[in-house]
Amino acid sequence: MNAAVPSLFRRIAVMLALPVALIATWWFASADSQNFYFPPLRTILQTFSKLWFSSQATQNVVPSLVRFSIGYLAAGLLGIAIGIPVGASRNLRNVLEPVLEFLRAVPPPVLVPVLILFTGLGNEMKALVIVFGCIWPVLLNTVAGVRALDEVLAEVVRSYRIRPFARFWHFILPGASPQIFTGLRQSLSIGLILMVVSEMYAAKDGIGFALVQYQRTFAIPEMWSGIIVLGIIGIGLSLIFRAFEAWILGWYHGLRQSQRAS
Amino acid sequence: MVRAATPMLEVNRLRKIYADSSRTVEAIRDVSFGVGQGELVCIVGPSGAGKTTLLKCIAGLLAPSSGEIVLEGQPVIEPPPAMAVVFQEYGRSLFPWMTVHDNVMLPLKHKKIDAGRREELVRDALAAVDLKGVEAAYPWQLSGGMQQRVAIARAVAYEPHVLLMDEPFAAVDAQTRADLEDLIRVLWRRLRVTVLFVTHDIDESVYLGQRVLVMSHAPTVIMEDVAIDLPDERTQLETRSMARFGELRKHIYSQIQLAKQGWRPPTE
Repeated sequence: MNAAVPSLFRRIAVMLALPVALIATWWFASADSQNFYFPPLRTILQTFSKLWFSSQATQNVVPSLVRFSIGYLAAGLLGIAIGIPVGASRNLRNVLEPVLEFLRAVPPPVLVPVLILFTGLGNEMKALVIVFGCIWPVLLNTVAGVRALDEVLAEVVRSYRIRPFARFWHFILPGASPQIFTGLRQSLSIGLILMVVSEMYAAKDGIGFALVQYQRTFAIPEMWSGIIVLGIIGIGLSLIFRAFEAWILGWYHGLRQSQRAS
Repeated sequence: MVRAATPMLEVNRLRKIYADSSRTVEAIRDVSFGVGQGELVCIVGPSGAGKTTLLKCIAGLLAPSSGEIVLEGQPVIEPPPAMAVVFQEYGRSLFPWMTVHDNVMLPLKHKKIDAGRREELVRDALAAVDLKGVEAAYPWQLSGGMQQRVAIARAVAYEPHVLLMDEPFAAVDAQTRADLEDLIRVLWRRLRVTVLFVTHDIDESVYLGQRVLVMSHAPTVIMEDVAIDLPDERTQLETRSMARFGELRKHIYSQIQLAKQGWRPPTE
């Protein structure tokens, strides 16, 4: 028999062992629960399937995901677009650094009331809050990535007279991409948090909005099921992110592996 | 071998001083020499002789403090299109995110030649360095010697008039090094390209070169311009065991020893 097959089973078993144990504990510990705030897991799951496989999904999950996607992607693009020139120019860094440090220190949720004034209660406000929170890890990591570009490769680029666009596309962007992805990964969870928070403030739909509604109307199983939905979305997004990263950074993981081997 | 009448490359009274706020370092004091078209000239010197500084000035990557570099009658103020450089650190001079094919192709993209001709240049260059069947591999999947072959192929495909090599074989093992030295001789004779080869290895400079320029310690001057009167057909086994090879090697070695002691040619 192939030795890889049992080891794959083992890996999956190890990966799932703790989650299964935790769910089982929750299930049995809460089975006879009379506590209003901690209903049995069975009840929560029944509510879950009733609620989130119905119109709830389109009513609340889709708007949330749309806001998240727009905000997150805009933050990623902006962070890279600003980070590359800042990383490449010391003068620009010196000028921008104090401002960037200040803006980064502002907690994004406090902007929600401010942004409501300018952009209203709509999707623009929520996307902007997500952009404002997600941009910093991408921006700062892009700057660090551009600054750390290999000097020898930079000389190769110069000596072969590589044109500015090719220099950007074939040298700067891929050279900084491992760091850029580090920033994008950090931003992913920040974006999810801000998506929910912005919807809790002022919204007429979205998962955050639904959670607050359930909590205020004491629809406790529904509230718990909403939290589970958020967890599942988080896992799903992280899996998509990892697949994308493995595709783009395949060369980087191979390079690292070959360096470790030698 | 007689120096060609029209110099391909001229270095005139080159001087390079590194200065920052706290101190100034004179790396190159006064270096002048010419390289004729189709010549293979080696520059040898002790470590810390400013060899890399000199090469970067010639490549247009570093501005000299005074003096000038003239390539085919044109002063060099930026990397000239007729020049290609092979760097010492093969592990850092290839793009790890590109395949071997794309690494060789990249510098050709802005040349005004059609796509078919480009592919032909890449194919021929990889064949010329005895690399076939690795086009789709990434550089880090290859051995050090093979990576340096890719870097040489990239330079060859660029069709330079002058090929600059900065201690290209310093980081590979002895056997690979011998193979790569022979490869350089073969490419030079076949492509009739002018080669300027920087090394700290005396044997390598004698084996490869038609002329060897011996450099002093920094601040650098040229100690001697040694003509290598060995036969054009060179093989690792025979050439290196010739009496004349030993004499030249000994002569250059003694010059380098003098250089290390701080001795300068009297003309300075």
